[in-house]
Amino acid sequence: MSETVLQQIDQVVKGNDIVLFMKGTPDFPQCGFSQRVAGILSSYDIPFAAVNILLDENVRQGIKDYSDWPTIPQLYVKGEFIGGCDIVTEMQENGELAELLAPLKKEA
Amino acid sequence: MTPTPEEVAELVRQGIPGAEVDVRLFSGHDHFEMEVVSAAFTGKSRIAQHQMVYATLGDKMKEAIHALALKTSIPKE
Repeated sequence: MSETVLQQIDQVVKGNDIVLFMKGTPDFPQCGFSQRVAGILSSYDIPFAAVNILLDENVRQGIKDYSDWPTIPQLYVKGEFIGGCDIVTEMQENGELAELLAPLKKEA
Repeated sequence: MTPTPEEVAELVRQGIPGAEVDVRLFSGHDHFEMEVVSAAFTGKSRIAQHQMVYATLGDKMKEAIHALALKTSIPKE
């Protein structure tokens, strides 16, 4: 894995408050798990960056090396890896996700 | 070859001795739902707990298991 890809991923992760690496896009997700997490995020009405890993094979593999996590989707908040579909779903159900995202909500 | 739920459970039990493992199939034959309860998770973040379980599955996770819904917890006293 080239350093450059990992550096690029690092820049995206650190440069955005909320980043979702997913298959497809929030409007056209191409996997049920990506769809679920994108849907959960959208429900909080906070803008988030989404990276379609299907567009670049290097990113597709690189993100798994970056986080040492074998599956997609992957959610990052404030530069920190939060988890995949299972963890995000669990955090939504127990209210942790709302707590985590609340400070990022821009005042209208 | 897709491993059976019992094979998957056995891998996790070997990797995390004493863990209580429950694996079920859902939708089709290569989607698993797994619950792992172990005292070894104590003090670890949820991500670290899941990574411990993934590590026990090794290459099987990458090749055969397209989707694994995982839930980890620490045994209640």
